[in-house]
Formats: sequence, C-alpha cells, structure tokens
Amino acid sequence: MKVKMLSRNPDNYVRETKLDLQRVPRNYDPTLHPFEVPREYIRALNATKLERVFAKPFLASLDGHRDGVNCLAKHPKSLATVLSGACDGEVRIWNLTKRKCIRTIQAHEGFVRGICTRFCGTSFFTVGDDKTVKQWKMDGPGYGEEEEPLHTILGKTVYTGIDHHWKEAVFATCGQQVDIWDEQRTSPICSMTWGFDSISSVKFNPIETFLLGSCASDRNIVLYDMRQATPLKKVILDMRTNTICWNPMEAFIFTAANEDYNLYTFDMRALDTPVMVHMDHVSAVLDVDYSPTGKEFVSASFDKSIRIFPVDKSRSREVYHTKRMQHVICVKWTSDSKYIMCGSDEMNIRLWKANASEKLGVLTSREKAAKDYNQKLKEKFQHHPHIKRIARHRHLPKSIYSQIQEQRIMKEARRRKYDLGHLILSQYPFLTSPLSSPEINKNQPSEGIVYVPLYSRDVFEYCHEGEAVII
Amino acid sequence: MSVVRAAESLLALSQQEELEDLPKDYSLSPSEDEGDIDGERKHQKLLEAISSLDGKNRWKLAERSEASLKVSEFNVTSEGSGEKLVLSDLLGPVKTSSSLATVKKQLNRVKSKKTVELPLNKEEVERIHREVAFNKTSQALSKWDPIVLKNRQAEQLVFPLKKEQSAFAPIEHVLSGWKARTPLEQEVFNLLHKNKQPVTDPLLTPVEKASLKAMSLEEAKMRRAELQRARALQSYYEARARREKKIKSKKYHKVLKKGKARKALREFEKLRKANPTAALEELENIEKARMMERMSLKHQNSGKWAKSKAIMAKYDLEARQAMQEQLARNKELTQKLQVASDSEEEEDGAEGEGELVPDAVNEIQMDANGPNPWMLRNHLRGTKEAKVQDPKKLPEPVAHEASESEKEERPGAEEEILLNEFEERRSLRKKSGLNQDTELVSRQEPKDSSSQEVLSELRALSQKLNRENQQSGKQNMSSTRTVPSVQREEPAEVEEEPLLLQRPERAHTVEELEELGKEECFQNKEVPRPTGEGQQSERNPNNQPGTPKEKKRKEEMIDLQNLLTTKSPSVKSLAVPTTVEELEDEEERDQKRIIKEAFAGDDVIRDFLKEKREAVEASKPKDVDLTLPGWGEWGGMGLKPSAKKRRRFLIKTPEGPPRKDKNLPNVIINEKRNVHAAAHQVRERETLCCLALLLEKNILVLCGQEGYVILTTESKLFSFSLTGSEMNNSRSILAF
Repeated sequence: MKVKMLSRNPDNYVRETKLDLQRVPRNYDPTLHPFEVPREYIRALNATKLERVFAKPFLASLDGHRDGVNCLAKHPKSLATVLSGACDGEVRIWNLTKRKCIRTIQAHEGFVRGICTRFCGTSFFTVGDDKTVKQWKMDGPGYGEEEEPLHTILGKTVYTGIDHHWKEAVFATCGQQVDIWDEQRTSPICSMTWGFDSISSVKFNPIETFLLGSCASDRNIVLYDMRQATPLKKVILDMRTNTICWNPMEAFIFTAANEDYNLYTFDMRALDTPVMVHMDHVSAVLDVDYSPTGKEFVSASFDKSIRIFPVDKSRSREVYHTKRMQHVICVKWTSDSKYIMCGSDEMNIRLWKANASEKLGVLTSREKAAKDYNQKLKEKFQHHPHIKRIARHRHLPKSIYSQIQEQRIMKEARRRKYDLGHLILSQYPFLTSPLSSPEINKNQPSEGIVYVPLYSRDVFEYCHEGEAVII
Repeated sequence: MSVVRAAESLLALSQQEELEDLPKDYSLSPSEDEGDIDGERKHQKLLEAISSLDGKNRWKLAERSEASLKVSEFNVTSEGSGEKLVLSDLLGPVKTSSSLATVKKQLNRVKSKKTVELPLNKEEVERIHREVAFNKTSQALSKWDPIVLKNRQAEQLVFPLKKEQSAFAPIEHVLSGWKARTPLEQEVFNLLHKNKQPVTDPLLTPVEKASLKAMSLEEAKMRRAELQRARALQSYYEARARREKKIKSKKYHKVLKKGKARKALREFEKLRKANPTAALEELENIEKARMMERMSLKHQNSGKWAKSKAIMAKYDLEARQAMQEQLARNKELTQKLQVASDSEEEEDGAEGEGELVPDAVNEIQMDANGPNPWMLRNHLRGTKEAKVQDPKKLPEPVAHEASESEKEERPGAEEEILLNEFEERRSLRKKSGLNQDTELVSRQEPKDSSSQEVLSELRALSQKLNRENQQSGKQNMSSTRTVPSVQREEPAEVEEEPLLLQRPERAHTVEELEELGKEECFQNKEVPRPTGEGQQSERNPNNQPGTPKEKKRKEEMIDLQNLLTTKSPSVKSLAVPTTVEELEDEEERDQKRIIKEAFAGDDVIRDFLKEKREAVEASKPKDVDLTLPGWGEWGGMGLKPSAKKRRRFLIKTPEGPPRKDKNLPNVIINEKRNVHAAAHQVRERETLCCLALLLEKNILVLCGQEGYVILTTESKLFSFSLTGSEMNNSRSILAF
C-alpha cells in the first residue's frame, strides 16, 4: 500500500541561520488585513511618542571659561576640536570627544571679539578689544616655549570681527571699516567702507569666496566684492543685524540675525524682499550658523534659547534651552552636521544634538532599519492631529512662554489697530513706507541701497498667515 | 550807407518808445494830418477812448492808404511777409561780404564747442562702480541657479555630494615602504620567492603569463560562440528529426523517400564527375538497392491496392496519380541498366508503359491535363531539360524522351511541392503553437493554419486548385510584386523555388535561422490580416446592435432619473392651494431652467442624486453569506451550493434605523462619521494643502516589512561619512 503524505519544502519555513527572523508566510491580499493601516497608525503614534521621549538633545557642557563666551570657531580639519574666545580675552581650545579643554591662551586684554581658523587648520586668528589681530598656532607650544602669537598686528581702531578666506591666505576684519589683509603683511590690502558706523561682523562667502557680507550698527547689511574692492549693495533693515551667515550650499543665500527677534534669509541678487522671515525668538537674535547641508540653520538668541530653523520655513522646528543657560551669544553647527555648540553668557559652551532624539553611537543594521521605518511612519502620518500634536510639543521655560504669549497679544493688537484695509501711513510713524511692496522699495532715492521695512512686513505676514505661533 | 541807415533806424526805435508814452488821442497817422470830416474824427477818437478803457496800451498799426514818397521811419512793419522783424535783420548788411563769412564760421565753431564737464563727484562715481559690480556679481552667482534648484528639488541628498575617487596607489609604492617583520610574513615572502612570484609590477609568474597568453579573451569568446552555435544547430536538428520521426503520414514518407532517392542520384552525379572510383562503388550500391526493391515485387501492379487503384483511376484523380506513380516506379525498376541510352528502347519503354496503363486512365488524364497549364509547363520544362542534358552522359534511366520525362519529372515536381507543403504546414503549426498565447493576432493563426492545411489537401486533390494556391502563396511571399508580373515570372521561379525552399540545407547559421523565422513571420502576418479584419467586422455588427440597446437602456435610466429629479424635490404639502403651487412650480421651473442653462454641460442635480443614491447604498447593512461550497454536498467547478443551503447560511442583517436624510432630498447626511475617530482624522486644512487623494493613497501603501515599499527616508539626508581624507577638505567638499 502506498501512503501519501503531505510534504513541504523545508526552504519555505526553515531559516538559514539562527539569527534570521522567522519566516512568516503571509497573504498580501489587503482585504485579509483590514487593520494594516490602523496598525501602522498606532506604530507611527508610538514612534512619535518615543521620539519625544528620547528627545534629550543636551550632551555636554564645557566649562572652564572665566567669563562669558563671546565667540566660537570650528576646526576645519578636526571634528573634535573647537575654539572659543571669552569676554576676558581668554581663548580655549576644546576636545569634544574628551569634553576637555586642551589649551588655554590669554590672547587679548578685554574681549576676544572674533576668532577664526585658517582653512588649513594649522593656525587661527583672534581679534580683541586691545586693537590687535593675532595669529596663533593651532598646536600648543613645545616644552619650555612661551605661548606667543605667530603674528600680531597692531591696529588703529578696535576690531569687532574677523573671518578667514576659505581658500587663500587672506582674512578680513571689521571695525570702522572692512579691511582685507594678506597674512604676510601688517597693513590691509584694501579697506572698504560705506557709512560711518561700526561694523559688527564680517563673513566670507564659502562658495564664491571673493564675496563678503557685513553688518553694521546703523541697521544695515553691506555686501562687498573683494576682487573689485568695492561694496556692492546695502540693505537697511528696521533694526540692527547682529551677524549674518552664508548658506554653504547656495552661494547667493545668506541669513541675517536681527535685533527685532527675527532672522531674515536673503537672496543677495534680489535684496528688496527677504526670501524668508524666520520668527520664533522672543528676543534679539545674536548669532546664526548654517548646517553643512545647507538645509537648516541654528540661531542663538538673547532669550536664553537656541532654535533650529529649516531654511524654507518661517518657524523653527526645534528649540533648545536649559535652566542654567543664559543669553546665548554664539552658536555653531559642527561640520558633520550632527551637533550644535553654543556659547553663552554664563561661561559655558554647550554641546547639543542637532537631531534631538537621535541615538548616538554605532547602530546595528536592525536598529537602523527600525529607525528608518519609524521615520517613514512619522512622515507618513505627520498630518494626523494626534501625531502632529505630539510631534510638535516642546517644553519652554516659563519666561519665554509668557513672552511669546505677550508678543502674540501685541501682534494681534497691532494687527487690529492697523488693519490693512484702511491703513494710512502718515498716521503711523513707525511705518515708514507702505507695506512691503518691492515696487515702492525700488523707488527709494539712493541707488544701491535697499530699504526693507521689515517691521511692517511682520505685521503684514502675520495678517496673512492668520494663525498664531506653535508651542 | 548801411551804417547810416542802421543808426537812423535805431534812433527811430528810441523815438517810438518815447511816443508810446504819449496820450492816445495824439494822432500819428499821416492821413489824419490831412484833416477830414470832424465828425469822423470825433467818432474815431471815441472809439479809441473806449478801446483804451480796458487798460492795455495797444499799439495801433498805421495804415497806408495811398502812395506817397515820404514814408515814416517809425512805422516799419513786417506785414505781409509773415515773419517778425528782428533787430539783427536790420543790422545785417544787405549784401553778404565774403570776408566776414570766415569770421562767422569761426565764431560758430567756437560756439559749438562745449566746455569740458565737471567730473562727477566721488559719491556718484562710487555709486556707479557699486552698481556695475553688483550686477556683475549677481550674474556670476546666477550660474549656481541650476545646481541650487536641483539640490532643492532632490528627494534626498547624500553628503558629501561629490565623492572623492579613492586614489590608486601602485603596489610598488606600498611595498617599498614596507618590510616583512613578523615570522609569518617572512615565511610568506619566502614562499613567494621560492615560487619566483614577482612581488611587484606584473604580479604574474611566467607560467601564469604563458597560460594567459595561450588564449586571448577574444579567441576564447569566439570559440565559445562557435560552440554555442554548434550546440544550437545540433539541438535544432535533433528536434527536427524527432518531429519528422513522429509524422505518421504515409504519403509524406513516401514523398520523402523519393526525394531522398533523387537527392542521392544528384549527389551521385556530382560524385561521378569528381571521383569516378567512388562513384562506381556508389553505383554498385544503388544497383543493389534497386535489385532489392525489384525483388520485393512491390511495383508489379499486381497487388490488391494497385488493382483497386486501377479501377478507381477512371473517376478519381488522386487514384490516377497514384497509379501513374506506381507505373513509373515499376518502369524505372524493370528497366535494364545501360550506359548508353537508345531512343528506340526508350520508345519501347513508352510503349510498354502504354501497355501497362489502362487506356481509359490516360484518356481522362489527357482530358484533365489538356487545359492544365501546370502540366503544359511541365511538358515544356521536360523538353527543355531534355535538350539541355547530354544524352550520352546519362547512365541512369532519367528522362530523355518527352513522354517519359513527363512521367518522370512531373511526379518529381509534385513531390517537391508536396514536401514544401508539409514544410509549410509544420512551420505554421509550430508558429501557432508558439504564438498562441502571446499575441492577439496570433490567436487567429491556428485557424489559419488549419485552413491552410485544408487548402493544401485540396491542392493535393486538384491541380487546378493547386496552381491557384501556389499563385496566391507567391503573392504572399512577394507582396510587393504586382500580380501579373508574378504570373509571368512563375515558370522561371518554379524551376528555382524548390531549391530555395530547402530550409534545412540553408539554415546553417543562427542568423539564417533568424532570417527564416522572420520570413515566416512575414508570411504568417500577412495571412491573418483579412481574418482579423473579418473578426473586427464581426465584432462591429455585434457591437452595433448592442450599442443602441445599451443607449436605450441608459436613456431609460436617465429618464427615470429625470423623473426623480423633477418629482422628488417638490414635496408637496396638502395645505397649499393648487394655484399657488402651480405658480411656484412655474417659478421653480424657471429657476431650474436657468440653473440648467448655467450648468448645461454637467448635470449637477443628477450627479448629486447619484451620489446620494450611492451613499445610501453604501450605508445599507450588507447580508453576510456564510455558505461554504462542498460542505454536505458535491462541490467543484461549475457547481454552486444549493439554494436551500444558501438560504440557511445567509445571515440577514437587520435594517438599521432610517437615514436622517431620508426625507431631505437635497441633503446627504453622513452617518458614518465617528466622533471618536474624528480626533485621529486629518483635518481638512492639511488635506487641502497636501492633496487629500495623495494623502489617502500614501496612507494605504504600507511602508514596513509587511508592505513591499522600499524605504527611502530622510535619515540619509543627514548621514555623514567623513573619513580622514574627506575631512581634510571638508570645507571644500561642503562648498561643492
């Protein structure tokens, strides 16, 4: 008698190694799986929740300075090295992996106003209140050697900022005027000036390296061309700009950190309107730095918080603060785009994750897969109210929160008062020109200067957006 | 003179100015001095006085009414000339003096020369510089536009954007700075040295080199290709042989055998020319075969079959043909072998044949052949061949005489034709088998092939048909040719055609086979076309009566709907008087008409009703059918569970509460909305901004392992892999 038996191919159900996942035969017919989407939704919800649970961006605080940290600089070649200058004239070099200060230099008397590294990473420059520009070696002095600068340039006026060219041995300082220096000379190659107010910051364009941007205390941003040794154009904003930062991926885009709590992203070819106004801070924005991807930037504010903005969004995606962090004076995004450093008034440099809930360290492939999956889920269900609500939630200190509320009320009141429908400019002294129409801006009397009445635009945009801030 | 005059006129002018100050009544005109009528003068005065009242001093021009020698220099006018008198005109000389012209010119020249303008002030210069520089730089920056745009639109960017090529360091460089230190390394190097393994440059031992040189890559490739081709051919032949072996048709085998014999003969002929000794041996073999055949007594026409055919031959064309074949065979076999042929003997042979074949057969055959050009042509060809061939060199009993050649050649041609037919049929069958499920057109092919088979059988039956078919076949083959030319060329072609269509001999290479395939495709494609068209035409008549019906049905539906639309919205209440109602109806109708005119293209009302109906349908609770086929009764294909069972296992869901919009014809109330679920649903604003449909689609697509969507996340966007060398110029990398 022949007995027939069911026989199956073991390939279909036996896994190759113990580490493999068990094979689950599955029918893909969607009618058989009515709960697929709800399940995904729940997963997305959980992922979002977990993201918020694990959102612990603060990594370390580097303490050692004996006064407020006034400026920061990244090392161009070493991710782990950071330089900082304090208000007492001290420059410190830090190792981020060890989270330790590896070198201390008393560089200046008074503030260290600016610090920048040479593109090759062998030396760095500092400017201080003592009217000097000093070049220092990156490596410490040998045993028995004295800590001395390579070069010292004595200037006539105070230098308030410095930046090094990205490719050549040229650096620029600012103060009374913008000076371009050759490293080998003690006098500037050329000085460019436009107006008489002191210039607070100067930045080289990382792509078109002959371009410079500076901002002065007479509320303007001036662009210079190093080759032609002329200023190019001036933008006057309603309030002072503290610093600007060029987008490292887009040659003509820069962002200005303004005193009026906002950041303005400009296309330098069309300066009459900013590309985007980034508003969320509740106090003056003191510093801004782009992520190396050029997709986001981080801003430091007087309101004791730092915020991360996507370039194309007017609202921040992230806000970082701690109880002890005071006014944040300088901020930098590291070259691997993973971390953010900020130096603040209370003498500390803080290290943050750029992605708050990112897991650090080496991830296994399954962890990576899970991360990707969760990311995708979050993205997919981002518009669902619950998920959105959770994802948007951030904690804010009470002071900032109340300030936001206050400003919201103020804005609302302004809007009501100066309703666009019957707005007569002459009645309202703070509106110097009609609301943000570029045509009118072009009619401004002096050529080469663009006057951008941004305060009024703020009102305007607010009205159009129709909805108030998050958080 | 002129100077004096000018002085005078100047004086006059000054006097004139003085005169203006005088009172108006003081007359100046000479005519007045002469003294006319007092009344007139008074009137004139009055007029002047009146005119002077308006306060403006008018200089009245004096008129000269009559000719007089004395002309006052005070009243020079430029009247009539239409121009104003200018002082310079008066001052200028009457004649232009040439001496002054040069001076004038010089003066003009001096006048035309402008003074050099003041240089722009510094600010303005700077402004211009700035403007120019700005324009230049913004233009220079615009070159980044495409890149920036690309980066912005990219779904994901992986940094660093431009990966540096890892530099290849030649092995010598690596080795030069490296020495074997550990015992293991030393051992390895010892081994390498022992085997004469070169450490650096070529990295190949001489033996290896030689082996590499032995066969180059191209050569190997060629060899491999050749082998492949040979294998392909072999398999092709094998398949063919297998196929042919399977063929059961006796006729086919018979024909095949004959063909083979003829071929052998031809080959023998060749051999005889090339190699006489081998040919002799071959001849012996052939002779032996013939003897064997002759011994078998198969061709004596004495068998049952032969006799029956002889009877049938009178009426049946096929039988007659078979008969003739048989006779020819017999004759061929019974003939004595002779090296030199004799016409007499041949005649004898012909007579003998005449004896063997019944008269009736030949008579009818003649009748049949008489009008048949096919046969005539064969005749002609036979004679031609007979003329061409050298009679003395033919040892075989191959045709010399007309009659015999006819007997001999015709079946030969016929058999070739038959062979071709078989070939065709087989190829067709093969084709149809291959293409059955691939193309729609090729679905017609089996039918075609079968029809072709029928045709070919008919061909075998009647020669007339045969000829026609051949013609049509040729038309198919050479479609570009016109029909008459084909007919004209036919005889010549028929001579060559059989040779041309000997496929196995031709298709030596794959390319040739391919070409053959193409040809077959070409042939086959042409055939089904008419049938396809026929089918279409068949379909169309099917459709055409169908469509009106459908339309009618649709129209009926529409009518029903229209009825609904007209009736349902007007829910009449009994209290309203009929006249008012009518009025209202009229108004409504008017409104409706207006609306309808406005929405002439799209019937909004009907759409809405349809939507509502669908919504109602969708919201109705559905019955649950739990019948399982095969339980308690027979199951299988085409069997349905019995009505009783279905009734038993059909769970009818109770009708829910009536819809809220049951009595509201213009409203759809969605009763499905779940308040608890609403919290999780995407708000309209978001859906608006990101297209609701897209969103829904996105959500339905699973993105995990359950789904089969490849993950592409943004997490890669920020994934950095900066190694040491990349870090060296990370700044530059990041700035492109």
